[in-house]
Amino acid sequence: MADHSQAAHAHQFDDIKQQHEADSLGMWVFLTTEILFFGALFLCYGIYRHAYPDAFASASHYMDVILGGINTAVLLGSSLTVVLAVHAAQHGERKRLLVFLVMTIVLGCVFLGIKGLEYSHKFAEHLVPGVDFQYAGPQPGAAEIYFVLYFVMTGIHALHLLIGIGIMTWLAVGASRNRYGPDYYAPVEVSGLYWHFVDIIWIFLYPMIYLIHVYR
Amino acid sequence: MNNDPSIRLYFRIGIILMLLLALTISVAYIDLGPYNIVIALLIAAVKATLVGYFFMHIRTSPRLVWTFAIGGFFWLFILFALTFSDFLSRPI
Repeated sequence: MADHSQAAHAHQFDDIKQQHEADSLGMWVFLTTEILFFGALFLCYGIYRHAYPDAFASASHYMDVILGGINTAVLLGSSLTVVLAVHAAQHGERKRLLVFLVMTIVLGCVFLGIKGLEYSHKFAEHLVPGVDFQYAGPQPGAAEIYFVLYFVMTGIHALHLLIGIGIMTWLAVGASRNRYGPDYYAPVEVSGLYWHFVDIIWIFLYPMIYLIHVYR
Repeated sequence: MNNDPSIRLYFRIGIILMLLLALTISVAYIDLGPYNIVIALLIAAVKATLVGYFFMHIRTSPRLVWTFAIGGFFWLFILFALTFSDFLSRPI
Protein backbone atom coordinates (compact mmCIF):
# COMPACT_ATOMS: atom_id res chain seq x y z
CA MET A 1 0.00 0.00 0.00
CA ALA A 2 2.75 2.43 0.92
CA ASP A 3 4.13 2.18 -2.58
CA HIS A 4 0.79 3.03 -4.15
CA SER A 5 0.27 6.16 -2.07
CA GLN A 6 3.70 7.27 -3.26
CA ALA A 7 2.63 6.71 -6.87
CA ALA A 8 3.43 9.40 -9.37
CA HIS A 9 0.79 12.11 -9.63
CA ALA A 10 0.65 15.12 -11.91
CA HIS A 11 2.35 18.14 -10.37
CA GLN A 12 -0.85 20.21 -9.97
CA PHE A 13 -2.23 17.72 -7.42
CA ASP A 14 -1.25 17.27 -3.76
CA ASP A 15 -1.39 13.50 -3.92
CA ILE A 16 -2.68 10.56 -5.96
CA LYS A 17 -5.98 10.53 -4.03
CA GLN A 18 -6.75 14.11 -5.00
CA GLN A 19 -5.83 13.38 -8.60
CA HIS A 20 -8.12 10.37 -8.62
CA GLU A 21 -11.03 12.42 -7.23
CA ALA A 22 -10.46 15.08 -9.87
CA ASP A 23 -10.49 12.40 -12.62
CA SER A 24 -13.85 11.08 -11.48
CA LEU A 25 -15.31 14.53 -10.90
CA GLY A 26 -14.43 15.55 -14.47
CA MET A 27 -16.44 12.64 -15.84
CA TRP A 28 -19.33 13.41 -13.48
CA VAL A 29 -19.44 17.00 -14.77
CA PHE A 30 -19.70 15.64 -18.31
CA LEU A 31 -22.40 13.17 -17.24
CA THR A 32 -24.36 16.04 -15.66
CA THR A 33 -24.52 17.71 -19.08
CA GLU A 34 -25.55 14.34 -20.56
CA ILE A 35 -28.40 14.03 -18.03
CA LEU A 36 -29.80 17.33 -19.30
CA PHE A 37 -29.12 16.39 -22.95
CA PHE A 38 -31.15 13.20 -22.68
CA GLY A 39 -33.49 14.95 -20.22
CA ALA A 40 -34.70 17.29 -22.97
CA LEU A 41 -35.60 14.25 -25.11
CA PHE A 42 -37.39 12.57 -22.19
CA LEU A 43 -39.29 15.83 -21.60
CA CYS A 44 -40.32 15.97 -25.27
CA TYR A 45 -41.49 12.36 -25.01
CA GLY A 46 -43.44 13.17 -21.84
CA ILE A 47 -45.26 16.12 -23.42
CA TYR A 48 -46.33 14.17 -26.52
CA ARG A 49 -47.29 11.08 -24.56
CA HIS A 50 -49.41 13.30 -22.32
CA ALA A 51 -51.02 14.84 -25.41
CA TYR A 52 -51.62 11.55 -27.30
CA PRO A 53 -51.79 8.73 -24.72
CA ASP A 54 -53.88 6.35 -26.88
CA ALA A 55 -51.80 6.84 -30.03
CA PHE A 56 -48.60 6.15 -28.07
CA ALA A 57 -50.12 3.00 -26.57
CA SER A 58 -51.25 1.56 -29.91
CA ALA A 59 -48.01 2.55 -31.69
CA SER A 60 -45.90 0.90 -28.95
CA HIS A 61 -47.60 -2.42 -29.74
CA TYR A 62 -45.32 -2.58 -32.79
CA MET A 63 -42.34 -2.89 -30.45
CA ASP A 64 -40.88 -6.29 -29.62
CA VAL A 65 -41.08 -6.58 -25.81
CA ILE A 66 -38.91 -9.73 -25.83
CA LEU A 67 -36.06 -8.28 -27.92
CA GLY A 68 -36.16 -5.07 -25.87
CA GLY A 69 -36.11 -7.11 -22.65
CA ILE A 70 -33.15 -9.19 -23.85
CA ASN A 71 -31.32 -5.98 -24.71
CA THR A 72 -32.02 -4.58 -21.24
CA ALA A 73 -30.57 -7.74 -19.67
CA VAL A 74 -27.56 -7.52 -22.02
CA LEU A 75 -26.84 -3.92 -20.95
CA LEU A 76 -27.35 -4.66 -17.23
CA GLY A 77 -24.95 -7.59 -17.63
CA SER A 78 -22.43 -5.34 -19.39
CA SER A 79 -22.53 -2.93 -16.45
CA LEU A 80 -21.53 -5.85 -14.23
CA THR A 81 -18.61 -6.78 -16.52
CA VAL A 82 -17.50 -3.12 -16.59
CA VAL A 83 -17.45 -2.79 -12.81
CA LEU A 84 -15.52 -6.08 -12.61
CA ALA A 85 -13.06 -4.69 -15.18
CA VAL A 86 -12.55 -1.56 -13.04
CA HIS A 87 -11.99 -3.79 -10.01
CA ALA A 88 -9.44 -5.91 -11.93
CA ALA A 89 -7.60 -2.76 -13.06
CA GLN A 90 -7.48 -1.45 -9.48
CA HIS A 91 -5.93 -4.70 -8.33
CA GLY A 92 -3.50 -4.98 -11.23
CA GLU A 93 -5.01 -8.19 -12.59
CA ARG A 94 -4.23 -7.64 -16.25
CA LYS A 95 -5.68 -10.87 -17.60
CA ARG A 96 -9.02 -10.47 -15.82
CA LEU A 97 -9.17 -6.82 -16.89
CA LEU A 98 -8.74 -7.87 -20.51
CA VAL A 99 -11.35 -10.66 -20.21
CA PHE A 100 -13.98 -8.31 -18.71
CA LEU A 101 -13.26 -5.57 -21.25
CA VAL A 102 -13.69 -8.02 -24.13
CA MET A 103 -16.91 -9.36 -22.54
CA THR A 104 -18.18 -5.78 -22.31
CA ILE A 105 -17.36 -5.15 -25.97
CA VAL A 106 -19.13 -8.38 -26.99
CA LEU A 107 -22.24 -7.50 -24.93
CA GLY A 108 -22.25 -4.00 -26.43
CA CYS A 109 -22.10 -5.47 -29.93
CA VAL A 110 -24.92 -7.92 -29.11
CA PHE A 111 -27.05 -4.96 -28.01
CA LEU A 112 -26.35 -3.03 -31.22
CA GLY A 113 -26.98 -6.17 -33.30
CA ILE A 114 -30.41 -6.70 -31.73
CA LYS A 115 -31.15 -2.98 -32.08
CA GLY A 116 -30.21 -3.18 -35.77
CA LEU A 117 -32.51 -6.18 -36.18
CA GLU A 118 -35.38 -4.20 -34.63
CA TYR A 119 -34.64 -1.22 -36.88
CA SER A 120 -34.67 -3.44 -39.97
CA HIS A 121 -38.10 -4.80 -38.91
CA LYS A 122 -39.38 -1.24 -38.64
CA PHE A 123 -38.07 -0.43 -42.13
CA ALA A 124 -39.80 -3.57 -43.49
CA GLU A 125 -43.07 -2.58 -41.78
CA HIS A 126 -42.92 1.01 -43.14
CA LEU A 127 -42.78 2.41 -39.63
CA VAL A 128 -39.80 4.73 -40.20
CA PRO A 129 -40.97 8.38 -40.35
CA GLY A 130 -39.91 10.08 -43.54
CA VAL A 131 -39.21 6.82 -45.37
CA ASP A 132 -42.59 5.83 -46.85
CA PHE A 133 -44.32 5.87 -43.44
CA GLN A 134 -47.52 3.79 -43.52
CA TYR A 135 -49.55 3.25 -40.37
CA ALA A 136 -52.89 1.42 -40.28
CA GLY A 137 -53.81 2.18 -36.64
CA PRO A 138 -55.68 5.19 -35.24
CA GLN A 139 -54.16 8.70 -35.19
CA PRO A 140 -51.33 8.00 -37.67
CA GLY A 141 -49.93 11.52 -37.22
CA ALA A 142 -49.49 11.11 -33.47
CA ALA A 143 -48.13 7.59 -33.98
CA GLU A 144 -45.54 9.05 -36.35
CA ILE A 145 -44.41 11.36 -33.52
CA TYR A 146 -43.99 8.27 -31.32
CA PHE A 147 -41.79 6.63 -33.98
CA VAL A 148 -39.76 9.81 -34.47
CA LEU A 149 -39.09 9.88 -30.71
CA TYR A 150 -38.34 6.14 -30.77
CA PHE A 151 -35.72 6.48 -33.50
CA VAL A 152 -34.16 9.69 -32.16
CA MET A 153 -33.91 8.50 -28.55
CA THR A 154 -32.75 4.94 -29.23
CA GLY A 155 -30.56 6.19 -32.11
CA ILE A 156 -28.71 8.69 -29.92
CA HIS A 157 -28.48 6.04 -27.20
CA ALA A 158 -27.02 3.56 -29.74
CA LEU A 159 -24.52 6.23 -30.85
CA HIS A 160 -23.43 6.62 -27.22
CA LEU A 161 -23.04 2.87 -26.95
CA LEU A 162 -21.03 2.74 -30.18
CA ILE A 163 -18.67 5.37 -28.74
CA GLY A 164 -18.54 3.32 -25.54
CA ILE A 165 -17.53 0.20 -27.49
CA GLY A 166 -14.79 2.25 -29.15
CA ILE A 167 -13.52 3.41 -25.75
CA MET A 168 -13.62 -0.15 -24.38
CA THR A 169 -11.63 -1.36 -27.40
CA TRP A 170 -9.05 1.36 -26.78
CA LEU A 171 -8.87 0.30 -23.11
CA ALA A 172 -8.47 -3.36 -24.13
CA VAL A 173 -5.52 -2.43 -26.36
CA GLY A 174 -4.01 -0.47 -23.44
CA ALA A 175 -4.64 -3.36 -21.06
CA SER A 176 -2.93 -5.83 -23.42
CA ARG A 177 0.09 -3.50 -23.33
CA ASN A 178 -0.05 -3.55 -19.53
CA ARG A 179 -0.80 0.15 -19.30
CA TYR A 180 -3.13 -0.06 -16.27
CA GLY A 181 -2.50 -1.10 -12.70
CA PRO A 182 -3.15 -0.07 -9.08
CA ASP A 183 -1.19 3.15 -9.66
CA TYR A 184 -2.97 4.15 -12.84
CA TYR A 185 -6.47 3.03 -13.67
CA ALA A 186 -8.31 6.35 -14.09
CA PRO A 187 -9.10 5.73 -17.80
CA VAL A 188 -10.81 2.44 -16.90
CA GLU A 189 -12.68 4.02 -13.98
CA VAL A 190 -14.03 7.09 -15.86
CA SER A 191 -14.89 5.06 -19.00
CA GLY A 192 -16.81 2.76 -16.68
CA LEU A 193 -18.77 5.76 -15.35
CA TYR A 194 -19.71 6.65 -18.93
CA TRP A 195 -20.78 3.08 -19.74
CA HIS A 196 -22.98 2.87 -16.62
CA PHE A 197 -24.60 6.17 -17.57
CA VAL A 198 -25.51 4.82 -21.02
CA ASP A 199 -26.96 1.76 -19.25
CA ILE A 200 -29.07 3.98 -16.97
CA ILE A 201 -30.53 5.82 -19.99
CA TRP A 202 -31.66 2.47 -21.42
CA ILE A 203 -33.13 1.44 -18.05
CA PHE A 204 -35.59 4.33 -18.49
CA LEU A 205 -36.06 3.99 -22.25
CA TYR A 206 -37.14 0.35 -22.06
CA PRO A 207 -40.37 0.76 -20.03
CA MET A 208 -41.18 4.10 -21.69
CA ILE A 209 -40.95 2.82 -25.26
CA TYR A 210 -41.75 -0.90 -25.07
CA LEU A 211 -44.05 -1.35 -22.09
CA ILE A 212 -47.01 0.98 -22.71
CA HIS A 213 -50.29 -0.92 -22.09
CA VAL A 214 -48.82 -4.29 -23.14
CA TYR A 215 -51.63 -6.02 -21.17
CA ARG A 216 -54.17 -4.99 -23.81
CA MET B 1 -10.65 -13.80 -6.33
CA ASN B 2 -14.30 -14.66 -5.60
CA ASN B 3 -13.70 -14.18 -1.89
CA ASP B 4 -13.23 -10.45 -2.43
CA PRO B 5 -16.27 -8.89 -0.68
CA SER B 6 -16.68 -6.13 -3.29
CA ILE B 7 -16.85 -8.68 -6.14
CA ARG B 8 -19.54 -10.61 -4.26
CA LEU B 9 -21.39 -7.32 -3.77
CA TYR B 10 -21.20 -6.54 -7.51
CA PHE B 11 -22.62 -9.95 -8.42
CA ARG B 12 -25.39 -9.56 -5.83
CA ILE B 13 -26.34 -6.15 -7.29
CA GLY B 14 -26.24 -7.68 -10.79
CA ILE B 15 -28.70 -10.39 -9.74
CA ILE B 16 -30.99 -7.83 -8.05
CA LEU B 17 -30.96 -5.77 -11.28
CA MET B 18 -32.01 -8.80 -13.33
CA LEU B 19 -34.81 -9.59 -10.83
CA LEU B 20 -36.01 -5.98 -11.07
CA LEU B 21 -36.04 -6.30 -14.87
CA ALA B 22 -38.22 -9.42 -14.55
CA LEU B 23 -40.48 -7.44 -12.18
CA THR B 24 -40.66 -4.54 -14.67
CA ILE B 25 -41.83 -6.85 -17.45
CA SER B 26 -44.31 -8.85 -15.34
CA VAL B 27 -45.93 -5.76 -13.77
CA ALA B 28 -46.39 -4.31 -17.28
CA TYR B 29 -48.77 -7.20 -18.09
CA ILE B 30 -51.09 -6.32 -15.18
CA ASP B 31 -53.69 -3.62 -15.82
CA LEU B 32 -53.10 -0.97 -13.15
CA GLY B 33 -54.51 1.92 -15.13
CA PRO B 34 -52.50 5.12 -14.73
CA TYR B 35 -50.22 3.47 -12.16
CA ASN B 36 -48.47 1.23 -14.72
CA ILE B 37 -46.15 4.01 -15.86
CA VAL B 38 -45.66 5.26 -12.28
CA ILE B 39 -44.56 1.81 -11.09
CA ALA B 40 -42.41 1.25 -14.21
CA LEU B 41 -40.58 4.53 -13.64
CA LEU B 42 -40.20 3.85 -9.92
CA ILE B 43 -38.57 0.46 -10.61
CA ALA B 44 -36.37 2.13 -13.26
CA ALA B 45 -35.35 4.74 -10.66
CA VAL B 46 -34.43 1.98 -8.19
CA LYS B 47 -32.35 0.22 -10.89
CA ALA B 48 -30.62 3.49 -11.82
CA THR B 49 -29.91 4.20 -8.14
CA LEU B 50 -28.38 0.74 -7.66
CA VAL B 51 -26.18 1.19 -10.75
CA GLY B 52 -25.13 4.66 -9.62
CA TYR B 53 -24.60 3.90 -5.95
CA PHE B 54 -22.72 0.61 -6.30
CA PHE B 55 -21.38 0.32 -9.87
CA MET B 56 -20.51 4.01 -10.34
CA HIS B 57 -18.99 4.00 -6.84
CA ILE B 58 -21.03 6.91 -5.50
CA ARG B 59 -21.03 4.84 -2.30
CA THR B 60 -17.33 5.48 -1.76
CA SER B 61 -17.05 8.83 -3.53
CA PRO B 62 -16.38 12.18 -1.84
CA ARG B 63 -19.26 14.56 -1.12
CA LEU B 64 -18.28 16.72 -4.11
CA VAL B 65 -19.15 13.85 -6.49
CA TRP B 66 -22.46 13.36 -4.64
CA THR B 67 -23.22 17.04 -5.20
CA PHE B 68 -22.67 16.74 -8.94
CA ALA B 69 -24.57 13.46 -9.28
CA ILE B 70 -27.57 14.88 -7.43
CA GLY B 71 -27.15 18.30 -9.07
CA GLY B 72 -27.75 16.94 -12.58
CA PHE B 73 -31.02 15.35 -11.50
CA PHE B 74 -32.02 18.45 -9.53
CA TRP B 75 -31.75 20.58 -12.68
CA LEU B 76 -33.64 17.89 -14.58
CA PHE B 77 -36.37 18.12 -11.92
CA ILE B 78 -36.62 21.90 -12.49
CA LEU B 79 -36.88 21.32 -16.27
CA PHE B 80 -39.73 18.83 -15.81
CA ALA B 81 -41.52 20.65 -12.98
CA LEU B 82 -41.72 24.01 -14.74
CA THR B 83 -42.64 22.53 -18.14
CA PHE B 84 -45.33 20.21 -16.82
CA SER B 85 -46.77 22.85 -14.50
CA ASP B 86 -47.75 24.46 -17.80
CA PHE B 87 -48.74 21.42 -19.89
CA LEU B 88 -50.68 19.68 -17.10
CA SER B 89 -52.64 22.78 -16.16
CA ARG B 90 -54.18 23.63 -19.54
CA PRO B 91 -55.59 21.66 -22.46
CA ILE B 92 -53.25 21.03 -25.39
